[in-house]
Amino acid sequence: MNTTRIPVVAALATLACAAALPAQTIAITGGTVYPVSGPVIERGTVLMRDGKIAAVGTNVAVPAGAERIDATGKIVTPGFVNAGTQLGLVEVGFGAGTRETNPRTPDGIAAAARSWDGLNPRSVMIPPAREGGVTSVVSLPAGGLIAGQAAFLDLVDGTATNMLVRAPAVMVAQVGSDDDADVGNRGQLMARLRTFIEDTRYYASHRSEFDRGQARTLSAGRADLEAMISVVQGRVPLLVAADKSSDIRAAITLGKEYGLKVIIAGGAEAWMVARELAAAKVPVLAGAMMNIPYAFTALGSRQDNVALLRKAGVEVALIGNAGGGDEELFNVRNIRFEAGNAVGYGMSRDDALRAVTLAPALIFGVADHVGSLRTGSEANVVIWDGDPFEFASHAEAVFVRGKRYQDHSRQDQLTDRYKTLPPAYQKP
Amino acid sequence: MRPAAFVLSMLLLGCASAGSPQAPVPPAAPAQTAAPADTVAAGKAGPGALSLPNADPFPSTYTPFPSRATLITGATIFTAAGPRLRGGALLMNEGKIVAIAASANAPEITNAAAQLHPVVIDATGKFITPGIVDVHSHRGVYPAPETAANSDGNEATNPATPNVWAEHSVWPQDPQFPRDLAGGVTTEQILPGSANLFGGRSVVLKVVPARTVQGMKFPGARYGLKMACGENPKRVYGSKGGPSTRMGNVAGYRAQWIKAEEYRRKWDKWNADHKGDPPARDLGLETLAEVLRGNILVHNHCYRADEMANMIDVAHEFGFKVKAFHHGVEAYKIADLLAKEGIGAAVWADWGGFKMEALDAVRANLALLSHAGVRAMIHSDDPSGSQRLNQEVAKAMAAGHDAGIPVSEEDAVKWMTINPAWALDLDKQIGSLEPGKDADIVLWSGDPFSVYTHTEKVWIDGAMLYDRSDPAEHWRTDFELGFVPADTTGGNQ
Repeated sequence: MNTTRIPVVAALATLACAAALPAQTIAITGGTVYPVSGPVIERGTVLMRDGKIAAVGTNVAVPAGAERIDATGKIVTPGFVNAGTQLGLVEVGFGAGTRETNPRTPDGIAAAARSWDGLNPRSVMIPPAREGGVTSVVSLPAGGLIAGQAAFLDLVDGTATNMLVRAPAVMVAQVGSDDDADVGNRGQLMARLRTFIEDTRYYASHRSEFDRGQARTLSAGRADLEAMISVVQGRVPLLVAADKSSDIRAAITLGKEYGLKVIIAGGAEAWMVARELAAAKVPVLAGAMMNIPYAFTALGSRQDNVALLRKAGVEVALIGNAGGGDEELFNVRNIRFEAGNAVGYGMSRDDALRAVTLAPALIFGVADHVGSLRTGSEANVVIWDGDPFEFASHAEAVFVRGKRYQDHSRQDQLTDRYKTLPPAYQKP
Repeated sequence: MRPAAFVLSMLLLGCASAGSPQAPVPPAAPAQTAAPADTVAAGKAGPGALSLPNADPFPSTYTPFPSRATLITGATIFTAAGPRLRGGALLMNEGKIVAIAASANAPEITNAAAQLHPVVIDATGKFITPGIVDVHSHRGVYPAPETAANSDGNEATNPATPNVWAEHSVWPQDPQFPRDLAGGVTTEQILPGSANLFGGRSVVLKVVPARTVQGMKFPGARYGLKMACGENPKRVYGSKGGPSTRMGNVAGYRAQWIKAEEYRRKWDKWNADHKGDPPARDLGLETLAEVLRGNILVHNHCYRADEMANMIDVAHEFGFKVKAFHHGVEAYKIADLLAKEGIGAAVWADWGGFKMEALDAVRANLALLSHAGVRAMIHSDDPSGSQRLNQEVAKAMAAGHDAGIPVSEEDAVKWMTINPAWALDLDKQIGSLEPGKDADIVLWSGDPFSVYTHTEKVWIDGAMLYDRSDPAEHWRTDFELGFVPADTTGGNQ
C-alpha cells in the first residue's frame, strides 16, 4: 500500500470554516522565534503565504498588503504535535456509541482497518486541543494484536480527508499484553506476529498464486496482508505499544529481524534499554509524568524516563499517558505540560520543544510538512504570550495551514453561559 | 503503553467515585449528649460492651516520626490563612508550628528560636505551603500494580454497602503512597469506589510509612460515608437486580435512609434509657445512623447539577448534610445552590468528557465555584494527579483567569490545603500555617504553580519524611524492594 500525501491546498480552497479565517499572506513580526529545525531567532519574522511558511528570519521582506501581527515580547513556535491521541475517533469515552478505536476480530489482527475511516472532523474535542496550541495529532486505534492503521492529522476544519497529512502514517501493534492479543503467553504472541509478517512477505511475492488459490495456507486474509506489505517493506513504521524492558527488546529484535521501522509507544521501562533503542534508531513515544509501577509490565516507571532516553540519543516524542485524566481526548491540549514536566525532570528545553514538534514529525515521516518553521512547511504556527510550557501561558494565536483559528469551544460556551447565575437563558 | 482499559476500569469502578473519610467516632450514641459517656463516647469496655457499638474498634496507632526543632528562613510562605509572606520564616517544634512571620528577625521567631536552638534551613528563593490534603484518593484500596488480587475498592456485591470500611482494604505497601508524599501530600482521604449507592466508610490517613493501616490513621479524624450518584451504580447493577436508572438510584438512597432513621431512633432511645435488651446491631445502619447524628460526613460522588440538587433534597428529607460533592463537573451550574447550602465541591482541574455525565466539564469550575462563595477544592481521584495537585491548581487558576475570574495564588493555595481540610473537618488542626497547628509543611524549589517546580522537603507533624536531596532515605514500600529498581528512587527523583 502506498502512503498517500494528500494534496491539501487544493482541497482546502473549497472548505467552509466558520472558525477559521482564510489563509492569506500573514507576517508575524518581532517575536522570539523557535524554528526547532534551527537556532532561536530573536525579533524574527515568520511569513506565511497560501498556507505555507514562505520565510523565517530576521531579514524577511514583508510584502505590501500582508497582514502583520506584532509578536514583540512573545514566543513563536511550530504548532504542537500530540502523537498519542484518540481525537476524532472517540467522542465520549463510555458507552455512548462513539468509540471508533477498537476493532473486533477473531484473531486480533486488523491491519486492514484504517482508523481515519471513522474519523469525526467535527469532534467537539478538537477545538480545545487547538486552543492549547496543538495543531497536529496522531489518532491511534487500540486493542488486539494489530489494531490497524493510523494517520497523521492536521487539526483543520472540513472533512477527514482534509485533515490527513500522511495516511497511513503508522501500523499500530502491541507486544505488551497477552490478554489484548487473546493469547496465553508472549511466546504465542510473538509467534503470531512473526507468522503474520512472514505470511505478508510470502503473499507480496505470490499474489498470483494467491489469486489462483495455489498459495500456501496463510494466517490472515487478503486485506490484512495487503495492508501489512508497506510495513514489512519498511515504508510504514510499526508502532509497538510496550512498557516492559523485555517486551521493548523483543520489539527491537523483531524490527531487526524483518527490517521493520519500529516505534515504541508507552515505553515505561524504555530507559532500561536506552542504548539498544539508540543503536537501533528506534524512537519512543512516552509521557513525562508516568512514574507509577501501575502494572507488572511497568515496574521500572520513572519520572525522568524521557530525559534518560534523550541523553542516550533516542528520538523521543512526548505523549500524555500518566493516568485517568483523559490525555488522549479532553486533555490533548495538555501536551505542553508534559514538555514542562520533562524539563522539570532533566530534559533540556530544546529537546522538550523538539519532543512536541519536530520529533513526532520525523518519527511519522512528515517533517517536510510540519514540526518546524522552515520555508515550504505547512504554516502550523503558534504565538504564545509566555513560556509555552507554563500553566499561565496561552496560545494567543493558532494557525493551521496558514489559517488562523479562533475557537470558542463547547467548554468556553458553557463557561460563558454559567459565568453568572442564574444562567443567561433564565434571565429576563 | 498504559492501556486505556486500565484507566477506564478505574474510572468505572474505582476512581471516579466519591466517598468521604472520617475518623473513628462514637457510633451508636449521639456522642456526648444522649448516650452514657462511659459506654459509648469514650469507647470503654463495660457492661454491654459486646452488644453496644464500639466507638473505635480499629484505633489509630500513628505516632509522629522523630523531629527536630526547625527554622526555615527566607522563603515565600503561602499560609492559606492570609497574604503571602515574602522572605518569611517558619519555626516548628515537637510537631507543631511555633511561630511564623514575615522575617526571621521578627521577635516571635527570634525569642522562640533562642529557646529551641532549631536546625536552620535557608530557603531563600523557595516557597512554603501547608501540606497538601487530597480528599479523594483510592491509594491502598486500588494499589499499584493493578491486580485483581489487590483490587479492593468496590464491594460491588450490593448497591448498598454502608457496612464496609475502606481501611480494611488499604494495603499500606501501595507504592503510590510514597509518590504522593513526594508530591507534597501529607493527608489523604481513602474512599471506597463508586460502584455502589452507599460505598462504605472512608478513612483519613497520614501519608507515612507504616506496617498497618492503623499506623497511618489520622488520630481523631472523622469517618466519611461514600455515596455515589449517576452512571456507575446504574451500570454495575443494571443487569444485577438494579438500580438500573437514576430514579432507581434515588429510591435506593431513600430506602436505606428510612431504615437508618428507624435504627437511629431505637438506639438513641436505648442509649437514653437502657431498658431491656439493646437493639440488634447492624453495621451498615450504624454508619448511616452516625451520619444522621452528624458524626460521619457525607462525601458524595456526583457529576451532574440536577443530580446534586436531588441529593440535596434527599439530605433535607432525612435531616443530614452532604459535606462535599466530589467530581462535581457540573457544580459550576449550581454554584449558588451549593453556596447557600454550605456544601463543598471537590473537583478536578480539567478532567471531562470521558462519559456522558462528565461531558459538561469546564476548566473554570474551581474558579467559578470560589467566586460564588462555595468551599471549592481540588481533588485527584488518581495516583498521578495526586502527586501534582499543585499543577492541577495552577491549571484551574489559569482557567479562571481566562474566564475573567482572576484568582490570587493565595486563594488558589486554599484549594489544595485548608478547603479540603475543612471537608474532612480537620481545618482547625491542618490545612494552614498558623501557630499551634500541625507542622505539615512542604518546601518547594520555586513557585508551586510553575511546571518546573519540585517539592524539596516534606514534613508531617514536624518530622521531615521526604527530602529530595537524599534519595537513599526515600521511602520505599516493601513491594518495591527487588521489583522496582532502586535507582529510580521511588520514581520521585
